[in-house]
Amino acid sequence: MKPAAFDYARPATRREAIELLAGAQGEARVLAGGQSLMAVLNMRLAEPALVIDITGIDELHYIEERDGALCVGAATRQAELAAHPGLAERVPLVAQALPWVGHFQTRNRGTVCGSVAHADPSAELPLCLATLGGEVVLEGRRGRPRVVPAASFFQGVLTTDRAPGELITEVRFPLAQAQTQYRFTEVAMRHGDFAIVALAAAIRGEQVDLGVGGVADRPVVRTLPAGDGLDEALNEFAWALGAEDDAHATAAYRRTLVRELGRQLITEARPC
Amino acid sequence: MNVSLTVNGQAVTRDVDPRTTLVELLRNHLSLTGTHVGCDTGQCGACTVHLDGRAVKACSVLAGQAQGAQVTTIEGLADGGLHPMQSAFRECHGLQCGFCTPGMVMAAVDLVKRHPDPDEATIRDGLEGNYCRCTGYHNIVRAVRRAAEQM
Repeated sequence: MKPAAFDYARPATRREAIELLAGAQGEARVLAGGQSLMAVLNMRLAEPALVIDITGIDELHYIEERDGALCVGAATRQAELAAHPGLAERVPLVAQALPWVGHFQTRNRGTVCGSVAHADPSAELPLCLATLGGEVVLEGRRGRPRVVPAASFFQGVLTTDRAPGELITEVRFPLAQAQTQYRFTEVAMRHGDFAIVALAAAIRGEQVDLGVGGVADRPVVRTLPAGDGLDEALNEFAWALGAEDDAHATAAYRRTLVRELGRQLITEARPC
Repeated sequence: MNVSLTVNGQAVTRDVDPRTTLVELLRNHLSLTGTHVGCDTGQCGACTVHLDGRAVKACSVLAGQAQGAQVTTIEGLADGGLHPMQSAFRECHGLQCGFCTPGMVMAAVDLVKRHPDPDEATIRDGLEGNYCRCTGYHNIVRAVRRAAEQM
């Protein structure tokens, strides 16, 4: 056995899961699809006393449109969202990004909220959520659920605004806006690997909200001019991200990707 | 903890440590060693099995999460003789050392179920989560293409 010993609980309700989480006083980890957590456990990078498996909670298993957003429950798998009828029209950015998330076997297990909870700086779904200005719903033992904008939810490498006793119950992706083009692309060593640079764009006329993953310690979004001045703005953005050299790529290569891939993504989406 | 599930059509119950992964349950508790373990981190695809009809990487699933589920491994794929995917791998020489083969075959069966007439790009794209360190991809793609014609 690779992981360190832990107790395993498979609650049937949201309430039960939150009680277990609050009672564990920070010593528990929530297991959903397990496509990040199982690797972390197998490598003993985390040694929780309790693993709370939320995949048996039916009330957290849904995809529904509410108040201008596509709301995805915490037990919903990435493959289910990818197969959701009309996803390409309702949230085109997410439809384009999902095939880049791991491999089809991992998307069969991995959940949408789990990827957001893990908060890997190069992950696709957190980048989409940040670029679209989406929200994360957190529930603790007391009080009303907390709705946190993506911009303040992601706080650093694998670090979020979630308190130890809180469960992520839902993420909300804003629906596509009229006259807006959505584009996603990334560069990785192999398709399905962690992105060296991932880019998500929402292009409206002369403006673009450009989100960049894989460079800073979290997804970063900036509004740039989509036409005149784009190159200068991309260059400034690329430097502002504070890229560093690592085993996969140099900082200079990452800046080049932000500039070149960014320009390509934005100009190809705009009508001539 | 007790885990009850159906593996290759047979109901089984085993008392396992909660940290046991599905692939350990299959290999160590049920002696189904056809499913291999490569990376233990969900990257290489050697441990691919079908869980409730969908391909998953069994190193990244806890045995407890398969409670009540239907699991199919390489040993349970064929109903007497070889499955068309296994025959195609043999005919097209779609294996060299054979380590990745069970995972490749299980992933490919799910792929062809979803794409009954896959072109080469679809096959290569669909098998991106399965690594062959012999780099024998060319014949693997040919094998999947041939099997798709017979499935």
